[in-house]
Amino acid sequence: MGAEKRTASEKAAFKRELTDVVPHLRAFARGLCGRADMADDLVQEALLKAWAAQERFEPGTSMRAWTFVILRNAYLTDMRRNRFRGEYDENVAERILTAPAGQEEPIHLSDMHRALLTLPPERREALLLVGAGGFSYEEAANICGCAVGTIKSRVGRARAALNTMLADGDIPRRSTSDDTAHRAILEELDDVAAGNGVASRS
Amino acid sequence: MTSDRKARDDRGPGEPRKPGAGQSNKPQWANGLRQLYDSVVEEDIPDQFKDLLSRLDAKD
Repeated sequence: MGAEKRTASEKAAFKRELTDVVPHLRAFARGLCGRADMADDLVQEALLKAWAAQERFEPGTSMRAWTFVILRNAYLTDMRRNRFRGEYDENVAERILTAPAGQEEPIHLSDMHRALLTLPPERREALLLVGAGGFSYEEAANICGCAVGTIKSRVGRARAALNTMLADGDIPRRSTSDDTAHRAILEELDDVAAGNGVASRS
Repeated sequence: MTSDRKARDDRGPGEPRKPGAGQSNKPQWANGLRQLYDSVVEEDIPDQFKDLLSRLDAKD
């Protein structure tokens, strides 16, 4: 639909760029929703939406940023429909990240992932975009539709929370499995979707 | 697009985060986020995605 307005080479370029960005979409989705199968469902959904909206993509701009916005919106919608509950995927590699002095157990990549999944969604996505995806604060703010200061604040809080959890070795197994936590997350999601996250209120 | 402000904006509150800048102050887990992300990026793309894009392409 409408795609015929684009030249064949533009369409080919779009497909190529979209294909190239799939590994990044999978990585972002995995960080957001934890389980690999759910993350890939989300990527599939985002690809379909991106394809349908390809007329709105401006050639020369960042395909990664454009598709992350689409994936993020799909994620927020699905979260509100209760599809993802931040379940932790037990299949994450037990790779050792670091062994802090004075701590019995080293920190594993899986600990990191689990700790990440306990963060409120708006802080998790901010940290993923900046700390993992390598986006600048401005780019992350554009993707999330909020102010740069808000992103900075969210990243700062997310880092502080991870620091505490990882330093104390105190990482909840499943932070979102009880109803209270889940309700709180849904309320936060409404705020995030409305463009005013928790951080901007405080 | 953000190059002129990048140096300042890439710093969290009192927290150096640019690789190389204040490396010693970074928490030990800092590159774990990147590792987590890169470990997925480096996976082979499942066929379902290539198939999906080919199907969409053929449909237009």
